[in-house]
Amino acid sequence: MGKGDVKLLGLWASPFALRVRFALELKCVDYENLEENFGGGKSELLLKSNPVYKEVPVLLHGDKPICESLIIVQYIDEVWTDGPSILPSDPYDRAIARFWAAYVDDMAYPYMRAIITADGEEAREEAIAKLKESLVVLEDAFVQSSKGKPFFGGDEIGYVDIALGASMEWSKVIEKAFDVKLFDEETTPNLLTWIDAFLAHPAIKDIMPTTDKLFEYAMNFISPPSTKAAATEAY
Amino acid sequence: MAPQGEVKVLGAWPSPFVMRPRIALNLKSVEYEFVEENLGNKSELLLKSNPVYKKIPVLIHGDKPVCESLVIVQYIDEAWKDSTSILPSDPYDRAMARFWAAYVDDKIFPTMRGIVAADEGEAKAAAVALFKEGLSLLEEALVKMSKGKKFFGGDEIGYVDIAFGCYISWFKVTNVISNVNLFDESATPHLVAWIHSFSSHPAVKDVMPETDKLLEFFNNVVLPRMRAAAAAK
Repeated sequence: MGKGDVKLLGLWASPFALRVRFALELKCVDYENLEENFGGGKSELLLKSNPVYKEVPVLLHGDKPICESLIIVQYIDEVWTDGPSILPSDPYDRAIARFWAAYVDDMAYPYMRAIITADGEEAREEAIAKLKESLVVLEDAFVQSSKGKPFFGGDEIGYVDIALGASMEWSKVIEKAFDVKLFDEETTPNLLTWIDAFLAHPAIKDIMPTTDKLFEYAMNFISPPSTKAAATEAY
Repeated sequence: MAPQGEVKVLGAWPSPFVMRPRIALNLKSVEYEFVEENLGNKSELLLKSNPVYKKIPVLIHGDKPVCESLVIVQYIDEAWKDSTSILPSDPYDRAMARFWAAYVDDKIFPTMRGIVAADEGEAKAAAVALFKEGLSLLEEALVKMSKGKKFFGGDEIGYVDIAFGCYISWFKVTNVISNVNLFDESATPHLVAWIHSFSSHPAVKDVMPETDKLLEFFNNVVLPRMRAAAAAK
């Protein structure tokens, strides 16, 4: 299949959609960014392209839809082989990268969602504590994976950088909205440095929403319990 | 570089997730040592090899541990390249295989457990209906991916076959304990045929637990645990 005609169905605020955009940017792939409309209901194209989950992101390559953000990232890595590799080449290193990306999805993201959609202070505190625990584990993973280089992927952004990095502005929104520090010099010093390097990377900085814009957006649904459903939908 | 070192799989015979790396290694004709863990008293080796989750399966290749069953299967596929491929070669087909394997873990496994946990009557009927909805999607996926052959992987067992097929004994146990028929000929004819093909495959049959043995395990170990958890709530 040829490499032309690439579309992304996404949402500017979605970390899952951002993962895909970062991968496309890293590979210098031309694509059309189609923004789904939150309030207006899901588009026909989305419902047709992702009938199983009806969610973004969906990558449309020609007429073929690919769903699930990390699956899409791997697809991009395997189709556009001219650009920098997102996954390492050694099978064991690939397994470690896949393990940590799955950890991010299984442990970090659900707690971020839980913090944002929490019903009450106690539930929120518990989710924050769990998230911080998982970030300490990821600090350790970073030290092991990066081997002294700036990224999980080493010299260049890789699979785990994309998986975790896509939620870094959301983590800042959480810190601002709930007056909490998720990362700190004591427990996650290397991740703090990594965040700055990641956000400054050319493939990332022009696409990642600013903290202010994301915060303003989040204020539409954070806190009041009546909009918990909207929060769950949006993140 | 050819893979170096001995291969061990740390696991437990009732676990569907443990079957996955074992089937993959069998498909690749890779010799390995199976180490049966006592989950009530986890070995030092398990705790050292999977400090994050402390769970089985773990593949240890030489001295390198790989964790998470589907990550392990992909590792096996990539480390032993000279044998039959588990994932397809085309990137789009690979994406489809990964999608359906993830779907099995996200939807099929939890909805199966939902049937067992559900109270009799409406709740159970709803749980069964939910499970069967997922099954009908997999029936469609099987037709599309197999292209008339026996397996999701085509002529040979592939990634989705391994991801989904490991639950077969547990589906049979669920049929017995919940008095249901999860796979019927009229709704999911291809899946019914596939169950037979998969279960009798040489790479599978020696690692798939017998339904009777699993049923006994469920009644003696899992059910008391479920009841204790329910009573604690």
